[in-house]
Amino acid sequence: MAIRDRMSGNEAVAMAMKQVNPDVMGAFPITPSTEIPQYFSEYIANGLVDTEFIAVESEHSAMSTCMGASAAGARAVTATSSAGLALMWELLYVAASSRLPITMAVVNRALTGPININNDHSDSMGARDSGWLQMYAETNQEVYDNFIQGILISEACRLPIMICQDGFITSHGVSNIDLIEDEKVKEFVGEYRPENYLLKHENPLAVGPYGVSPYYMEIKRQQAQAMKDAMPVIRDVAEKFEDMTGRSYGFFEEYMMDDAEVALVIIGSSAGTGKEAVDRLRAEGKKVGLIKLRVFRPFPRIPLAEAMCKVKAVAIMDKAESFSNSGGPLFNEARNSLYDLENKPYAVNYIYGLGGRDITVEDFYDIYQDLFVIYDNDDPGDVYRYIGVRDSRFK
Amino acid sequence: MNRQAKDINEQSTWQEMTIGAEIIEPATSKLVNTGEWRIMRPVFVENKCKHCMLCIPYCPDSSIPVKDGKRLDFDYMHCKGCGICVKVCPFDAIDFVKEVK
Amino acid sequence: MARRNEAVEIRWHGRGGQGAKTACLLLADVAFNSGKHVQGFPEYGPERMGAPITAYNRITDEPCKVHSNIYHPDYVVVVDETLLGTVDVAKGIKEGGAVIINSKKEPEELRSLLPGYEGKICVIDAERISMETLGKNYPNTPMLAAAVKVSRVIDQELFIKDMEESFRHKFSHKPDVVEGNMRALKKSMEEVKVS
Repeated sequence: MAIRDRMSGNEAVAMAMKQVNPDVMGAFPITPSTEIPQYFSEYIANGLVDTEFIAVESEHSAMSTCMGASAAGARAVTATSSAGLALMWELLYVAASSRLPITMAVVNRALTGPININNDHSDSMGARDSGWLQMYAETNQEVYDNFIQGILISEACRLPIMICQDGFITSHGVSNIDLIEDEKVKEFVGEYRPENYLLKHENPLAVGPYGVSPYYMEIKRQQAQAMKDAMPVIRDVAEKFEDMTGRSYGFFEEYMMDDAEVALVIIGSSAGTGKEAVDRLRAEGKKVGLIKLRVFRPFPRIPLAEAMCKVKAVAIMDKAESFSNSGGPLFNEARNSLYDLENKPYAVNYIYGLGGRDITVEDFYDIYQDLFVIYDNDDPGDVYRYIGVRDSRFK
Repeated sequence: MNRQAKDINEQSTWQEMTIGAEIIEPATSKLVNTGEWRIMRPVFVENKCKHCMLCIPYCPDSSIPVKDGKRLDFDYMHCKGCGICVKVCPFDAIDFVKEVK
Repeated sequence: MARRNEAVEIRWHGRGGQGAKTACLLLADVAFNSGKHVQGFPEYGPERMGAPITAYNRITDEPCKVHSNIYHPDYVVVVDETLLGTVDVAKGIKEGGAVIINSKKEPEELRSLLPGYEGKICVIDAERISMETLGKNYPNTPMLAAAVKVSRVIDQELFIKDMEESFRHKFSHKPDVVEGNMRALKKSMEEVKVS
């Protein structure tokens, strides 16, 4: 029986960590992820876990700690946000190319300029090409469930994973959650038993050698394969998780898509607000749907394209700019995935929610309205758009 | 893929690499003839050597073997010919000559 | 077709350090304990003692999907009446809703500070109640009680029982504090004035 409780997203991640009882946590505080190591160190102080908590002087060291621990054969976790993730940058690539399974809770926050502590996805989206697996959550429940699954996925793929949630919106928002019993989580994640590791007495290992040109590209190709091979692993772990909890997870969730004419593609907590707009528009007889992307790395190119092809027009929502002059990161990848298909929908991009800018049910109404205009006129207009920004042209 | 370093070379495919380029066994430097890089060659002059052992810790490539308190001739498979041992030897017991291939 | 899930939405106004956020999370707790689906979330910025802060509750029967702030609350709770001059606390309140203010004044005396607002005004002297029952100015408990009483979001009996349990748990080593808080709670529910 699930344990009914209520807690914030940060508490939920700390709870998942407690139940997993990892070997090592290397962490440095940064808003809005600070509460995770804070709650977790309480668990350590109270003897509820036997994790080695390594307090370091920067995120660079936090990631280095996790890498060292992971290479040594330990199950390692950490948490960070925004500038903290940025300070880990170099190590993100080293962890991924060394194929070290590390589970990192990322509490998404704008990556500075101007300085801002609120939510958008610019931090983890910036790290999208670092070779880490990435999963995003709409709710506290999802970030909790993703963290527990993430441990297994990461270890099975031998790739590090970011378990992302929206800063403040879910990280500091208290809501209902169904927790899994400690023993069940323990059994689900099992013991971490890598085949080779640094501290294996009878067979010491060298990690992170220099990769000269005759070898480097083969190593990167192999890393790309690991990302590809992660797809069935993510699916299998989700099945095992569903057997345990009854909660089902895929690469993305389709909401009211079966007979939809227009749809959104969106990541994170705002998907919930979008679903509310779908419910209300459906009550008015409008055939609208929504796709919530859970797994961004690996990018589920083929199934996502198939899902988008059910409709005539999609709005692909980016909570991060990429300053490419051609739309945000999700837009570019999702739109790209449609290229080979015959009957592809119109696909437009909306940049929204930067630096904590709220997006409301009414905003989603406007977007669906725009999509129906595109659908009716058979013309996408400008595909690179903003919503929720003050604009002198529309005053 | 748990392949040993000796089985991986510049013809190996990406599928044949170890995961993350890990080297899963110790002492793989034994496989690599870095002595081939040598331009200058140190020559051990045994009759001048007092076995003071000063050259041993200075050698960056651990290429001076020691047995029973005495240094032996160079390990030319790994000596890169840097000449540090020549400089530090107080007894001129190491000559330094041009490598002839 | 998804079922419509009517929410009771509450917005809290306070100043940093006064515990409006704590009261908001407490309300989420008690509503959760009564079997509801809850959201309790503060609106964050750089944290500064004394600066205006906002926190929100959504309380529903089915899981609530919306993750935006609340612009049309059913109820607004104002923990510090000095905010009335600077923050438009009554903004967007739904018809039939109410604003609940911590003040010694009569509801109608406060109306002039809420220009354009024609709805219900409720007043509770949380400071006095807190001083009388706890000997210190902790407006949280009385404000929470007033919010529960006015919004009827939770059954009152259930609320009192639940709060007592939670106080007993929280202050297990200070039984007199439990006593004081419970008196503050009940007194607030009796005294809240409605325009």
